[in-house]
Amino acid sequence: MATTSRGTTDTVYQPKRSFFRSRRFRHRIAQAITYTLLLIGSFVMLLPLVWLVRSSFMSLDQIFAFPPEWIPEPWVWQNYPDALDVAPFARYFLNTMVIEFFVVTGTVVSATISAYGFARLRWKGRDQVFAVLMTTMMLPGAVTLIPAFIIWSELGFVNTIVPLTAPAWFGGGMFNIFLLRQFFRGLPRDLDEAAVLDGASPLRILWDVIIPLSRPALITVGIFSFLTTWNDFLGPLIYLNDSRKYTLAIGLSQFKGQYTSEWGLLMAASTLVILPVLILFFVAQRYFVEGIALTGIKG
Amino acid sequence: MSSTADLQTATVPTRKRRRWISSEAMWGLICVSPAILGFLLWDIGPMIASIVLSFSDWSVTGTTSWIGTENFQRLFGDDALFRQSAQVTLTYAFVSVPLQIIVAMALALLLNEKVKGLPIFRTIFYVPSTVPLIASSMIWLWMYNPDFGLFNAVLNFFGLPEQQWIFSSDTVVLSLIIMSLWSIGPMMIIFLAGLTAIPQHLYDAVSVDGGNVFNRLWTVTIPMLTPTILFNLVLSVITSLQTFTQAYVMTDGGPGNASLFYGLYLYRTAFQQGEFGYAASLAVVQFAVIVVLSLLVFRTSSRWVHYGGDT
Repeated sequence: MATTSRGTTDTVYQPKRSFFRSRRFRHRIAQAITYTLLLIGSFVMLLPLVWLVRSSFMSLDQIFAFPPEWIPEPWVWQNYPDALDVAPFARYFLNTMVIEFFVVTGTVVSATISAYGFARLRWKGRDQVFAVLMTTMMLPGAVTLIPAFIIWSELGFVNTIVPLTAPAWFGGGMFNIFLLRQFFRGLPRDLDEAAVLDGASPLRILWDVIIPLSRPALITVGIFSFLTTWNDFLGPLIYLNDSRKYTLAIGLSQFKGQYTSEWGLLMAASTLVILPVLILFFVAQRYFVEGIALTGIKG
Repeated sequence: MSSTADLQTATVPTRKRRRWISSEAMWGLICVSPAILGFLLWDIGPMIASIVLSFSDWSVTGTTSWIGTENFQRLFGDDALFRQSAQVTLTYAFVSVPLQIIVAMALALLLNEKVKGLPIFRTIFYVPSTVPLIASSMIWLWMYNPDFGLFNAVLNFFGLPEQQWIFSSDTVVLSLIIMSLWSIGPMMIIFLAGLTAIPQHLYDAVSVDGGNVFNRLWTVTIPMLTPTILFNLVLSVITSLQTFTQAYVMTDGGPGNASLFYGLYLYRTAFQQGEFGYAASLAVVQFAVIVVLSLLVFRTSSRWVHYGGDT
């Protein structure tokens, strides 16, 4: 539609313009350039993943061949069972999932309740308190790291999952509260009012009215907290020292230390660590995109 | 549905409403209390404790005593590793952040051109950022392998001289900067959201004046995106200054401390040397730098950030 209106403008103002100087020609060129750049960009972005998967299906001989081959010939599956064999990745996976369970539940539950208190309930000083709490988003992790470690070790919780999971139950992080607060504020107020008439308490309104309407936002928060926990490296590195309690991230880093230059095994193990996240991404893609866009626009 | 709700609002008895409002404040406080408690326990409390610790020589072994500003004197006076790690980290942040912003914005601009297959391209550009940092460190470690890695194979293909990448002190930081460009997905999505929010009539105005693509970019797109740029800039600088995992996994600070990131130095001081007091002073300095940089960005932002009147 835009093209036709532009075409008309052309005929009105520059009737004698040749095709090669016309708007339509320039539009075609611009499109060709756009697609070329997008394709090059896609190629570059996908290359590391292709390299990862390709290497994970190769024996060492194939990997060390020169010049490098792109397609494994033949495909070697052995790296995957071998990787699972030499390191207890199933156990690491289980350990990670246990931590995930407590962190994701804690984050979603407590961020929802906190965000509700900041978004829908009116009390004196609410926005000032919120502003103060928001400053923690800029707090670098290191400045709280050492005292937190000292406290956890005094309490005897080092080498347990408590230091990694308990904090999630205290508000679930300002980022998540912020995201949910934005969402809750966008819901129409008359719904609350109707419930007030029925004598519902604020918690009942949260449960009956707000939560059913906020499923996409809650899922987004759940996904983000799942990913953050999956990616967390420093936390488990500091707090877990028994190798039987390792998470996948720490397990992979240890594995790398023991099997340097066993690139087929290392890439198979890395693929195993990435796979759950990729599956989650493709299943829940729209929540990723919407969630990030939401934080950006309002931020 | 909304009309019935309106009707009901009008008929809520005043007494009932008033009672509800007084309980509303109480419930509000109850609801946010976990967040406030968390703020005191995991943020402000430990932060103050770090400042206190930084004036002590608390270590895993031995007794603790107050040593005044001795930690800071050592830090700024004769700690070569502090200087090295600060330099590495600041170089990384000041080069990688602008590059990330430029590339993310360029990709978003391309995607904003009403291209066919937008969801596919968006997915491709976003996917790498979902890869856990530990795993991407492994992939890039392998790609940077001087003998069998992808990068040297590509250089070879084009007849260019091979590089040592992360295994040479000249190129290690640059290599990690290149790697950081792989995970700009979220930043790109934020730019894309910012772009779609720009009203079309601004572009039409430029077109009427006979402006070309670059006029449009310079007079409309970039000024309208400045709030988004500010947001990404602050967030990305803070993240870059805390770089740890890549350095720990890929280079272990080497070769010869050329990639000794501040976070890695702090980690070693605290958890390998057990010098908690000194590590706390390192953390306090890092915090101060982040606060100063953020204030600087926000202070200058009134000069370059354009806030539209659409709020």
